[in-house]
Amino acid sequence: MSVDRRYLLKSLVAAGAAAVAAEGTSEARVRTPLPADALGLLYDTTRCIGCKTCVVACREANDTKPDNSNSPGGIWDTPMDLNGQTKTVVKLYKSADGLHRSYFKAQCMHCADPACTTACMLGALSKREHGIVSYNPSLCIGCRYCQMACPFNVPKFEWAKAAPKIVKCELCRHRVAGASLAKTDGYSRYPKGHGPACAEVCPRQAVIYGTREELLADARRRMAEHPDRYVPKIYGETDGGGTQCLYLSHVPFEDLGLPTLSARSVPDLQHTIQHGIYQGFVAPLALYGLLGAVIFRNRRKQQSEQPEQENGGRP
Amino acid sequence: MSERAQRLGGPIFTRPVRVLIALFAVGAILILWRLAAGLGATTALSDGYPWGLWIAFDVVTGTALACGGYFIAILVYILNKGRYHPMIRPAILTSALGYTMAGVSVFLDIGRWWLAWKLPLFFWSWNLRSVLLEVALCIMAYTFVVWLELTPAFLERFREGPDGRLKRFSQKAYPIVDKSLIWIIALGLLLPTMHQSSLGSLMLLTGPKLHPLWQTPFLPLLFLLSCIAMGYAAVVFESMLANLLFRRKPETDMLAALSRAMLPVLAGFFILRIGDLATSGRLSLAFVPDRYALAFWLETVLIAMPLVLLASAAQRRDPGNLFRAAMIMMLAGGLYRFNTFLVAYRPGEDVHYFPSAPELLITGGLIALEIIGYLVIVKTFPIFSGMPRRAAQG
Repeated sequence: MSVDRRYLLKSLVAAGAAAVAAEGTSEARVRTPLPADALGLLYDTTRCIGCKTCVVACREANDTKPDNSNSPGGIWDTPMDLNGQTKTVVKLYKSADGLHRSYFKAQCMHCADPACTTACMLGALSKREHGIVSYNPSLCIGCRYCQMACPFNVPKFEWAKAAPKIVKCELCRHRVAGASLAKTDGYSRYPKGHGPACAEVCPRQAVIYGTREELLADARRRMAEHPDRYVPKIYGETDGGGTQCLYLSHVPFEDLGLPTLSARSVPDLQHTIQHGIYQGFVAPLALYGLLGAVIFRNRRKQQSEQPEQENGGRP
Repeated sequence: MSERAQRLGGPIFTRPVRVLIALFAVGAILILWRLAAGLGATTALSDGYPWGLWIAFDVVTGTALACGGYFIAILVYILNKGRYHPMIRPAILTSALGYTMAGVSVFLDIGRWWLAWKLPLFFWSWNLRSVLLEVALCIMAYTFVVWLELTPAFLERFREGPDGRLKRFSQKAYPIVDKSLIWIIALGLLLPTMHQSSLGSLMLLTGPKLHPLWQTPFLPLLFLLSCIAMGYAAVVFESMLANLLFRRKPETDMLAALSRAMLPVLAGFFILRIGDLATSGRLSLAFVPDRYALAFWLETVLIAMPLVLLASAAQRRDPGNLFRAAMIMMLAGGLYRFNTFLVAYRPGEDVHYFPSAPELLITGGLIALEIIGYLVIVKTFPIFSGMPRRAAQG
């Protein structure tokens, strides 16, 4: 009997040990490195004038309905945030004293190691060509774990529909339609009309697209040229394990609503712990065999001790 | 102790059952409305709070309360405490009903329920990094297994019933089920160990969105310990309530001994919970006057209370005290889990959630169905072992 108790304690302690071991590994890392042609956006708050042309272009390119739910009389398209019909939105930040203000464009960050694709049970959300976090509704059962997981609160759900889908920016991957990337002005770009609509229409190049490497180089160049203009950091370079969409800002990033994340990717802790416990499914199988053996032995012992007992050792 | 399990008999459609049927009928109508109209029309869920009552209560709290079968099975089959054997069938029955209810709730909660069949079948699409996939498949498998664990009770009844195909089938199937039961029971121990700890791991992925008083690498272990404590409490609660309702011989001796086994689990949970916060320096957040600290202290006081209530042997032998301790333990564990999934989840400012009337009524209707199922099954099939002092009423 004492041996059996030890088995149980051992398995419990093993789970705890795995958890503690996981806590020790907190260095930045991305499990699957990004492809060299990973595409992204670079948004610069100092260039944006808040014209929302990008929001309109996004609607046209993605065929989403204008959101006039916040507009008296329903005449203006004024989404308050990303939602089930809005894949990009421009918001205005004002400091409490009114001295600092900044526009902010939100859309999917296309993380290097996304929490949403880790969460997704059948891989309806997955990283596809150019590292774009893509959605395949035929594999989505609508569990919304992606929404729980995303640190940027990006995936949205069509709550009003009886047959809802997840809605999020897919970097206009449906517009590519066979077109290929070519170097244009130092960036890898598609022919006009095939790239991300928001970046293509921006009159101030506040949001541009290209490969992540090109965008990072550009961001560093801008910061070097105007060190007084920017917060000395490229948001997304390492935050949350790195994102393909990057931000330059003249106000602190947390004021823009961007979460403060370490360089460790968001799903890394969970992955380390679960992987520690379930590696190759060896531990569960071993535990199963062990449990069966212990039950078998106990039942035999009990039957030999109390042969007269009816129903002995049976539920 | 070696008494055989017997069906309780007695009338089925008693007045309480008729009330429960009415409650379930309301829930059933709302379920149809939810499926036809969608989640936005019927629930208070939003992009900020994509998971609400059905996940945090029906699934995360409900399946832990349904861990009585798991808890008793550990005692009887692994720790070889044969004397608790009479408690197995009632506990397994509550587990089966609780998990079935959780399964129904998940089905209602998923937005694209007509594709749910793909989950167990599309194995080539399985994302093995998804903890939710593991939890979902595990809970599906366990719900099946736990009913399978109960089949001897059904077969015993049919075996002795009127002649016919069902009787012949039961006579043939019983030895087969009896032989393979070891491996079914082992699965019934393995699966809850896996998914109850993984339910905790689910929230690891929410990272900084989960308040630091709850976000910890020890989530899986805390969830495993809490489900064992809640499983125990549910067994005590259910056993004492059944004694009262069906005028059965009380099992106080057994329950007193059981509650002694519970002390290390409770103490373990408490030490791990507080020790983790203290050593990582997050305990100071418990002294920031906000709703998170309040929720934390409520939960912590409730967890400490049964430790005090069950401390001495005399206390453990007092049925009233035992019943109170069990109730508090269910509440404490439930609150810990509910807080982890809902109260401590911080999607951002200006987002709020309180379950809608249809959400509450559907949950209520499903609980009513669960109780109806329990009453019908214990009256029809051999679940309880204690001899009734007189004919069952209820």
